[in-house]
Amino acid sequence: MPGPLELVRSLGHGVVDKIWRLGFATRFFFAILAHSGTAFRRLPLTLREIYFSGVLSLLIILVSGLFVGLVLGLQGYETLARYGSTEALGILVALSLVRELGPVVAGLLFASRAGSSITAEIGLMKTTEQLKAMDMMAVNPIARVVAPRFWGGVISMPLLAAMFSAMGVFGGWLIGVVFIGVDDGAFWSQMQSSVDFRYDILNGIIKSVVFGFAVSLIAVFEGYDSVPTAEGVSRAITRTVVTSAMTILALDFILTSFMFRGNS
Amino acid sequence: MNRTVLDLWVGFFVALGLAAVLFLALKVGNLSAAHLSETYVLQAKFDNIGGLKVRGPVKSAGVLVGRISDIRFDPESYQAVVTMNVDGRYKFPRDTFASIYTAGLLGEQYIGFDVGGDEKMLQPGDTVKMTQSAVVLEKLISQFLFNKAAEGQDSK
Amino acid sequence: MSDDILVDIQDLHFNYDGRPVLQGINMRIPRGKVVAIMGGSGCGKTTLLRCIGGQLRPTGGHVRLGESVVSAMSEADLYRLRRRMGMLFQFGALFTDLSVFENVAFPLREHTDIPEEMIRDLVLMKLEAVGLRGAHALMPASLSGGMARRVALARAIALDPMLIMYDEPFTGLDPIALGVIGRLIRTLNDALGATSIMVTHDIQESLLIVDYIYFLNGGRVVAEGTPDEIRASRDPFVHQFVHAEPDGPVHFDYPAPPVSEDFLRGGRHAGTA
Repeated sequence: MPGPLELVRSLGHGVVDKIWRLGFATRFFFAILAHSGTAFRRLPLTLREIYFSGVLSLLIILVSGLFVGLVLGLQGYETLARYGSTEALGILVALSLVRELGPVVAGLLFASRAGSSITAEIGLMKTTEQLKAMDMMAVNPIARVVAPRFWGGVISMPLLAAMFSAMGVFGGWLIGVVFIGVDDGAFWSQMQSSVDFRYDILNGIIKSVVFGFAVSLIAVFEGYDSVPTAEGVSRAITRTVVTSAMTILALDFILTSFMFRGNS
Repeated sequence: MNRTVLDLWVGFFVALGLAAVLFLALKVGNLSAAHLSETYVLQAKFDNIGGLKVRGPVKSAGVLVGRISDIRFDPESYQAVVTMNVDGRYKFPRDTFASIYTAGLLGEQYIGFDVGGDEKMLQPGDTVKMTQSAVVLEKLISQFLFNKAAEGQDSK
Repeated sequence: MSDDILVDIQDLHFNYDGRPVLQGINMRIPRGKVVAIMGGSGCGKTTLLRCIGGQLRPTGGHVRLGESVVSAMSEADLYRLRRRMGMLFQFGALFTDLSVFENVAFPLREHTDIPEEMIRDLVLMKLEAVGLRGAHALMPASLSGGMARRVALARAIALDPMLIMYDEPFTGLDPIALGVIGRLIRTLNDALGATSIMVTHDIQESLLIVDYIYFLNGGRVVAEGTPDEIRASRDPFVHQFVHAEPDGPVHFDYPAPPVSEDFLRGGRHAGTA
């Protein structure tokens, strides 16, 4: 039975541990940047990781994007119909996707599809001493294993988010224009006149780039820092998904409050 | 996985991603429309701008001719100074009338140019002299109620 | 005479989280020899190996490898030095995403600009040396423990190292595979003109193949000698180890003082303390 003193002590211990890990993660991030030369000099290494985190996430991203778009179209139409402004459906669908849902939902899906497998792979390589063996062969594991996976994720994420948004707009168009019968011209022209490239789309892309950095860093860090046992790796995978999700949502709030402050 | 097949997939993936960005930029957004042409700056002072927002549209005869780039308060005249970026292809006479309209009952507010007959055109940096402020719904309603009340007293 | 000594360890100390693991190790390993470091589990054998490889920094003393002091090297110098070291990990540590061929080719591709045909010849040669040329297209997942160990051995010698280190090369092998690995360690060492350090607790196999044996206990060297000396030794520790006697003068239950105190607090072996 832990007494109150024990509780306070373990709480303090937990906080110190978190701060320690944050510091280590920061140092790790700079180590990745410092050792990124290999990832770009030997492009096949990074291309392979783009394949694993990007191409293999295509299906889930495209299908989810389509469904989110369909739902947005349906719900948006129901709501807008009450105010007789169904031709604004295009604006509603496009703005919600481009500004928020595209980067955020794609980021969450990316964390659970690609981030978890990156953590698992690096964690298992650590468990089976592959990283140590590499280090003994005078090959830096951060340069050879971590950096390509990190950059593969950073490159894949914005592209996936853009595909998610595009697919969602298509889904909204499918439901709104093809099935319900909103005017095709109004749908697109209202959308185009209200969605600004620099203000809406570029900010959305910036968000997805930031999320790409965050999720990739969390994934490689959790894998690299995992306890080298089966249980340790499975905990690390869980932490990747949970931490990524919370980080994405927190960052989204911070970025949104900077980007879309008050003037829209 | 054969390396060339892998490269092909990655190439396909990147192309698809860039196509999605292009689709968002051109079809969803207005990159093609609003940012390609040259613009010049006009200013207008209003007593009340209502719900006008930065980046709101400037229209003439219902056609988008520019966007609002800045709104600030002038502490000397106690008026709102609205700065607009107007499409360089369009010139407007000096007696152009700038009014604040609302698109539909609940829609966004925009500045509409009602063109006059002056020979001389507005130059970049000029200020539109004649303006009409936004219609504030509350004022309108209270005016309406006041009139109704007045009518009621008359008929007694 | 220092030319004959490849690895020179002097008064090596290492603490892990404040707990002393190595407490003043002295060793001189001559070139061309196969040396075994023995001792019970947790006596610091693997730690010692990792100090020699430069993966751990000792808290005191130093490790000299040829002309260079490993324990005081920069990261870049260490990496340059490690190209001339090979290490076989306990379970092989093969890269699971690469085939057997690519695993052995890995150090060659990373550190040399040898053309592809020559890499192919070299890799097949190394695989032939461990008798697995026919298995070059397999993935590590489909190898048995002994085969994986041999592939890892082929990878460790890919760059013709001057020093080969083995971390528990015999663990979990059947007697036949064990004999095969043991013979390979000896023949490869002699064929390459390398020096080998082997950490193990398999005394019988070691006595057959090594030139010299160090016994470690509680982070100290407690006995050393050639296989003949070891067999003839009257030292109670060595005697107990060689004959695998369950009870002897040395209690393996508490190799290091702090751990033993831990046990005592739990009441275990209270009478013998």
